Amino acid sequence: MTNSPVLEVDNVGLSFSGRRILDGVSFEIHGGEFTGLIGSNGVGKTTLLRIILGLQRPDSGEVRVLGAPLSPRSRSLGYVPQKVVIDPDIPMRARDFVALGLDAHRYGFARRTAQQHELVEKMLHDVDAERFADHRVGSLSGGEQQRIFIAHALISQPKLLLLDEPLANLDPKSVQEIVALLHRVASDHQVAILLSAHEMNALLPVMDRIVYVTDGRAASGTTDEVVRSEVLSKLYGHHVDVLKLHGRVLVVAEPGRDNEDIAQHPTLTVD
Amino acid sequence: MNAVHIFFEPGFFTSSPVHVALVIGAVTAVASAVVGVFTVVRSQSFAGHALTDVATTGGSGAFFFGISPLVGFIGGGVIGAGAMDLIGVQRMRSRDMATGIVLGSATGLAALFLYLDTTKSATTGATQQILFGSIFTIDPSTIPLVVILSALTLAVIGLIYRPLLLSSFSAELTRARGINLRGVGLLFMIAMAVSVGLSSIAVGSILSTALLIGPAAASVRLTNSLRAAMVLACVLGVLATWLGILFAYDSFYWIPSSQGLPVSFFIVSLIFVSYLISGLSVVRRSLGWLTANRLPTGSTPALTSKVEV
Repeated sequence: MTNSPVLEVDNVGLSFSGRRILDGVSFEIHGGEFTGLIGSNGVGKTTLLRIILGLQRPDSGEVRVLGAPLSPRSRSLGYVPQKVVIDPDIPMRARDFVALGLDAHRYGFARRTAQQHELVEKMLHDVDAERFADHRVGSLSGGEQQRIFIAHALISQPKLLLLDEPLANLDPKSVQEIVALLHRVASDHQVAILLSAHEMNALLPVMDRIVYVTDGRAASGTTDEVVRSEVLSKLYGHHVDVLKLHGRVLVVAEPGRDNEDIAQHPTLTVD
Repeated sequence: MNAVHIFFEPGFFTSSPVHVALVIGAVTAVASAVVGVFTVVRSQSFAGHALTDVATTGGSGAFFFGISPLVGFIGGGVIGAGAMDLIGVQRMRSRDMATGIVLGSATGLAALFLYLDTTKSATTGATQQILFGSIFTIDPSTIPLVVILSALTLAVIGLIYRPLLLSSFSAELTRARGINLRGVGLLFMIAMAVSVGLSSIAVGSILSTALLIGPAAASVRLTNSLRAAMVLACVLGVLATWLGILFAYDSFYWIPSSQGLPVSFFIVSLIFVSYLISGLSVVRRSLGWLTANRLPTGSTPALTSKVEV
């Protein structure tokens, strides 16, 4: 891990028609770190990722990638978008979609070199997707598609990989597999990871840092620094308890408060 | 009568209108097939059909003002593509609405022009020619223009091939790569308008949807590779067009004292038959070499059956 940050989010704020979406969000990500962007649905996680990608301009604050102000053409960012629905009628093999990650922004026909074909094979191997490399992308399961999208994003060798809710809609086994896979590629490819999720427990074993978002405000640090009653109560603006049970974390509001606001609510019903 | 005449009625190989028809038919079928594969992949068949209606408006308007119908077909289509882009065909949610609005108003205008055309020329031939084509009456001098426009359409598709492909999967991913999503989408719509205009002179503006969608829809069922699908769509499109021309020519001799049956009917029927055949699993299996769906060892065949739904 290096000391110069891969990503600096500096006091970013954004309003939509009078509603504050993000309010003074600041955090840094360093090389090879695994960071979870945690918060319930609608707190501004996707908006924050869109700002980092340069798809949305913030009202205030600044985002720097590798020390330089953001450029949407930045090759140093890899991106896995939320919920991509792919029609099984599309005649495109998984390996071709991974290869498209190399040069989708280029105009003209692709003339890929032997080296590039080797790289595609290596990526398919790294995400454990060789089995279904020749199947249509649209015919793959959710977990299989995630692997292909991760390989598509990683093949251009970015320094930072952004993933928007990659674990949503996956079965628990696939969640574990994808988390382990991301942890492995982060160190193998020396890529920092920023992953948004509404549920943090699956990420606890691999997260180096956490950015906890609620109502457009964020607290960041290591999991132990952030996921504490004092810090989260301040962030929510009312008292919440943080319970640690068998290596899992539950964030619970005081009686009478609506637990719907709380990112970890789904675990309360699951467990 | 020699053996050749069983399939080819006398004069087929020496008739100059037949030569022109074969050339125009093949060139427009190739442009339509390549654009058609992307149309199917991008689920823009409805937009493609709307462009045929706008081409009808352009073609009937051109007929009324005495301009070349080809110019009218293509001009109408390109204006329609621009209008659909302005209304918001690129945004998934407003895509159907934008298409529907342009389709509706253009068809209304076409009704006016076709009425004026028939009253002006005192014949219903204009309507028949614009809507359903008249490939045997094409002026040979239009061949160079048709070839150039087809080549340009293919060149545009070649140029935007990869950004267009990525944008067919995910708009967000495309924007995040710094690709001008709207520009790429608009260029594709224009390419689609030109190819629809071109096939309008062959099979008529209304039936150009069939040439755009049919061969592409059949070929994407038969292969897992986009490029193979494009080649296959070209082969199917050209075969259907040529066989259609042959049958229409022969039909002069089938029924005594008849005028012969319309080419468009045969071309569209053959495309439909090829689509039906492409659904047969035996055809898909025997085309296995094209599907590039090699099963790695240790994989179960059951996994691939998901593809063939």
